Amino acid sequence: MLRFIAQRLLLLPVLLFLFSVVVFILVEAPPGDFLTSYMATLASGGSSIETEQLEALKQQFGLDQPIHIQYLRWMESLSKGDLGLSLEYQRPNIDLIGERLWLTIALALFAFFITWIIAIPAGIYSATHQNSLLDYVLTVLNYIGVATPNFLLALILMWVAYAQFNVSITGLFSSDYIQAPWSVARVIDLLQHIWLPAIVLGIGGTARLTRIMRANLLDELHKPYVVTARAKGLSEWKVVLKYPVRLAINPLVSTIGWYLPQLFSGSLIVATVMSLQNVGPLLLRALTQQDMYLAGSILLIYCFLTIIGTLISDVLLAIVDPRIRMEGA
Amino acid sequence: MSESTLAQPIEQALKSKAEDRVSVASNWQLVWWRFRKNRLAVLSALVLIGFYIVVLFPDFFSTQDHEFTDAKLAFIPAQGFHFFNGLTPSPWVPAVVGKRNLVTLRMEWNVDETKQVPVRFLTQGYKYKLFGLIESDLHLIGLADQKSEDRIYLLGTDRLGRDQWSRLMFGTRTSMTVGLIAVALSVILGVLLGGISGYFGGWADLIIQRFIELLQSLPTIPIWLAMTAALPRDWGPIEVFFAITVILAFIGWTTLGREVRGRFLSLREEDFVLAADLAGCSQLRIILRHMVPAFMSHIIATSTLAIPVMIINETSLSFLGLGIRPPAISWGVLLQEATNIQTLALAPWLLTPGIAVIVAVLAFNLVGDGLRDAADPYSR
Repeated sequence: MLRFIAQRLLLLPVLLFLFSVVVFILVEAPPGDFLTSYMATLASGGSSIETEQLEALKQQFGLDQPIHIQYLRWMESLSKGDLGLSLEYQRPNIDLIGERLWLTIALALFAFFITWIIAIPAGIYSATHQNSLLDYVLTVLNYIGVATPNFLLALILMWVAYAQFNVSITGLFSSDYIQAPWSVARVIDLLQHIWLPAIVLGIGGTARLTRIMRANLLDELHKPYVVTARAKGLSEWKVVLKYPVRLAINPLVSTIGWYLPQLFSGSLIVATVMSLQNVGPLLLRALTQQDMYLAGSILLIYCFLTIIGTLISDVLLAIVDPRIRMEGA
Repeated sequence: MSESTLAQPIEQALKSKAEDRVSVASNWQLVWWRFRKNRLAVLSALVLIGFYIVVLFPDFFSTQDHEFTDAKLAFIPAQGFHFFNGLTPSPWVPAVVGKRNLVTLRMEWNVDETKQVPVRFLTQGYKYKLFGLIESDLHLIGLADQKSEDRIYLLGTDRLGRDQWSRLMFGTRTSMTVGLIAVALSVILGVLLGGISGYFGGWADLIIQRFIELLQSLPTIPIWLAMTAALPRDWGPIEVFFAITVILAFIGWTTLGREVRGRFLSLREEDFVLAADLAGCSQLRIILRHMVPAFMSHIIATSTLAIPVMIINETSLSFLGLGIRPPAISWGVLLQEATNIQTLALAPWLLTPGIAVIVAVLAFNLVGDGLRDAADPYSR
């Protein structure tokens, strides 16, 4: 087990190095750089910038160096834990990302738990009451859940809340707490706001997991050991929950590998629509403004979260299902 | 002797005739027979055919020039369509009347159900070029009186007074083709690279598999955004369209690649492949003539299920402003108009492209599920 985790952890720097190259090429790829678009903005506003000042800015950010030198400089500061300065905000990137990163992770984890809390009971009910009315209703809801893009669901909810109840459901905090320092009251405020975006984010995954759970459990329920258990006079609850459900959950654990990363990157869209203060909208703005070091840092963080998500799923799978470990060794 | 014993040989003969039909049927026929049994999938397939007819003839289904703008005509509500006038079948739409609000000085439009504007099916309207070649002015729905000042607003107008229905037709054309082309590209990539990986094995397999793993561990949405943000700003709509499809396909092919590889690995050991090899077939012929047809139905099922994912991705990217860009129209571009909640409360018909997205994705998923169940006619 420990060897398995160690192997995975050793792979982490290799992957991160490869991703950093990909990310750097991507943020470097747009023609021109931040300063050209910055100058265009200034010119359209009627003001301009001194040539010397421009040169100074260029040197400060190393934009006058060839690409591979820029990359090496970026890597050098990254290895010291320094994410660099944002070109647009003129502030350290780490300050800009800081709190937003934790909100990104919190949102994804919330969505994840909501998914499991809904999907497993719904799947069990559908499988044990196959072809009942509620089973059909759940199946229809599942299909619609898969077919509705996140941003569309968010839009519809926001519209209904605004048009019917005249409330705005955007943001993660109420206005009193947006700038406030962390406190118990702020956490409670966050909890009051986070569940709706979390549901929006998790709805597609919930639909899929319910279908997987239903199919898995149906396979198990038709096996002879279930008949035996029933023949021995166990209560129906125990017949279903004791073994078949436990076996049917195993394949669900392996879905964490793609589901958790998907939640991290999917939160970007939900956050943009519902104007949540996580890294998603920041990345979007950085990309359109060519604020390359900020965009690069956020992209690299997304890569890191994706790798960690896969790692967590591998470890959990190895814990839940010992057979996996046997194959790995 | 009862009747039943007499009837038995006849029944058996009938049954064996049906069995004969099954045993001589081609693979595709078997797949079709099984697919046909799934009514929901067949219905969804018809819906999709309807969508693609719109893709082929968007102008025919439009009621107005989709590029026509007039700020005075902003936010006209959807009219609603009536097939009967009283009891006689005579289609009409209610007229819209505008009144300037003296406080905000904005035009406010309302549907006046008492004033009928008669319309006709398959009639003349604005001129357009079919496939950019043949000039035509035939439309599905048009005004009965060509010279009348009234217009048809089936789904209302947006903030620039553009007709939502006609724009939706053109958005359908873009969004439905992006999905199709992106999946076609990823099938080519997936079959080619997955095939090389599975058929030849060895170091080629190793490199391709590691490459697939690398791509699959990238965070898709952020990387897509970064790629589309890297597209030059001065590219025209068609260049952007193809760039977006390539970007979508670039990450989308990996699942297919893995599936193809798995099929090749299992088929490589089959007797018929060995027989073809001994008979002196070239490797290309073995792959294309003997192996690919054996799992073609699976590829089609998997790629049908991949199309709705592509459609959702394209719509999301365009919605965020980093996919298809105006003046080009796609469902995502249309939904961008609905971003502002105050506007949306004023003009809820701006959400109608969302219905198109859900219906299309649902239909693709149901057809894909039906195909997947039918793909293996020898199972059971």
